[in-house]
Amino acid sequence: MEATNFSSIQTHIDQYRATPGGLLPLLHAIQDDIGYIPEESYSPIGKALNLSVAEVHGVVSFYHHFRSQPPGRHVLQICRAESCQAMGSAELEACAKSRLQIDYHETSADQAVTLEPVYCLGNCSLSPSVMLNEKIHGRVSPEKLNSLIQAARDSK
Amino acid sequence: MSIKVYIPRDSAALSMGADQVAMQIAVEAARRGASVEIVRNGSRGMHWLEPMIEVATEHGRVAYGPVAPENVAELFDCNFLYGCQHHLLLGITDELPWLKNQERLTFARVGITDPVSLEDYIAHDGYRGLSRALSMAPADIVQEVTESGLRGRGGAAFPTGIKWNTVLGCEAEQKYIVCNADEGDSGTFSDRMIMEGDPFVLIEGMTIAGLAVGATKGYIYLRSEYPDALLTLNEAIDCACKNGYLGDNILDSGRSFDLEVRRAAGAYVCGEETSLLESLEGKRGLVRFKPPLPAIEGLFGKPTVVNNVISLASVPIILDKGATFYKDYGMGRSRGTLPIQLAGNIKHGGLVEKAFGITLRELLYDFGGGSASGRPIRAVQVGGPLGAYLPESQFDTPLDYEKFSELWAVLGHGGIVVFDDTVDMAKMARYAFEFCAVESCGKCTPCRIGSTRGMEVMDKIITGNQPTRHIELVRDLSDTLLNGSLCALGGMTPYPVLSALNHFPEDFGVDASKTAA
Repeated sequence: MEATNFSSIQTHIDQYRATPGGLLPLLHAIQDDIGYIPEESYSPIGKALNLSVAEVHGVVSFYHHFRSQPPGRHVLQICRAESCQAMGSAELEACAKSRLQIDYHETSADQAVTLEPVYCLGNCSLSPSVMLNEKIHGRVSPEKLNSLIQAARDSK
Repeated sequence: MSIKVYIPRDSAALSMGADQVAMQIAVEAARRGASVEIVRNGSRGMHWLEPMIEVATEHGRVAYGPVAPENVAELFDCNFLYGCQHHLLLGITDELPWLKNQERLTFARVGITDPVSLEDYIAHDGYRGLSRALSMAPADIVQEVTESGLRGRGGAAFPTGIKWNTVLGCEAEQKYIVCNADEGDSGTFSDRMIMEGDPFVLIEGMTIAGLAVGATKGYIYLRSEYPDALLTLNEAIDCACKNGYLGDNILDSGRSFDLEVRRAAGAYVCGEETSLLESLEGKRGLVRFKPPLPAIEGLFGKPTVVNNVISLASVPIILDKGATFYKDYGMGRSRGTLPIQLAGNIKHGGLVEKAFGITLRELLYDFGGGSASGRPIRAVQVGGPLGAYLPESQFDTPLDYEKFSELWAVLGHGGIVVFDDTVDMAKMARYAFEFCAVESCGKCTPCRIGSTRGMEVMDKIITGNQPTRHIELVRDLSDTLLNGSLCALGGMTPYPVLSALNHFPEDFGVDASKTAA
């Protein structure tokens, strides 16, 4: 882990060590900041919150949102839930996987896009939906998805 | 005087480019020297028209939609600020049949007000419920909610007043109000629309709940997939704190209530109340055994009210207008209104708040306008991924908790997902098992193991491998899940599976007459 990451993680730990049930807010703060929860952080987190490394690992691995590996520059989530299936999300999945040459939970070779499934974005009246980083897109056609992916690849 | 133009900030509208439209209108207005005040409101719920913009006129608000950024210049060209015959003109918003035919109680302000303006909230009857509650004894507040007949809108439909009464009756130095905003069901977005479109109504409802049961701290457990709702809620909470509606000594009453938003982390099972509490405590979201009930030993072991967003957001109007006003809507033991969400393959998707009793057919065809694809509607799934699939022959069922239960179906959180005749119901049954496997917390065996075995058996059926024999296995496995699971995730996965099988056996490669349950 880089020294800068370590010091920022320590800042977050100090902020949440006294918060009741503070582990989730702490993990969110770390992931918002550096994009993932490095395994090296489990031990200092555990010490501060009086938890074992196994307990911290258990929480990180339980929740789909938390990552223990750095993602690509952009995270693309495709909704796999029923409403989006009814409007052709399977085609979007196939399109993203072939375009990026990866499967779910993987990052494209150019490190541009990490592809993740999501089970409902709450935009079901405008299915199918995808979320690119924190921005949601509705009524997504394969063409629209391709242009989102291209824009993500072209941008830093 | 500047003219008000309303452009929603609801994420459904944002997903269709509302921000770009707002920017374009600001740019175009500046270029032409038009005096325009842009208000970012919630969504009116006509999502197929998003981004739907409205102009305030002396005759009421006039709607245009769906507006793309490239339409903006032409709208200015035809003088839309003063009313014009543009092809995107929809008419006076309140006169549009979709809205006019609804009974909006919980959603009374959504789409009308600026969600983060406390002034706007109060001008539209906000905080009247709280002000009445502050003059009442706790037991009387609970009584009012009980009499209204309000039942948990998250899906379980447990009477809200009875839950509150249990917490009220517990002696403890600390009690909690927890709002379940982990709206994970596919086909549902009413919680999100409230939080993005009228967050103060949720804050007010939770504050009233706090007064009623003697809780001074509240948490909103919000799903991580809702970043826009997070921003709106926090903005509204800050505003309520600064103006004395939250914190110590609310409106000089001597009563206190603090509120905090906690982000979930993408686990569907955390919508189950005990799993949610574990998660709020910073642990893996494993389901707890009941008893003890959360009302008695909930968050951090203290008495806790856990209610869904819509339940809590319905409380202010009940306190404001009285239990009888609310109870007069509805049918049977389903009192009041239900915010219904039309989703999936539907022409006119969005939010319809109606008294209980409206039929599926009215919703699908009168409001929904049939399928988006124009093909026949073959099946609808009501109540999220754990809800049953209903065939056309059941579309005349009124929305009512008991009527649905007679059909071995659930209303759940009021989401309706529509499928046209291209759907393969065997694949949907397989997906139900797959979803259960992905989201299982792993605590009980039927759910953890049964879901994966179910998926494997469904794969065999789908490839035509001895379907009759394997369907028997699916029924047997479903029986184990139904009766042996700890919570609704495993316990209700058989609903979509068996309803698909019972109503659409031809998709499973068997003769309908040979597979009766």
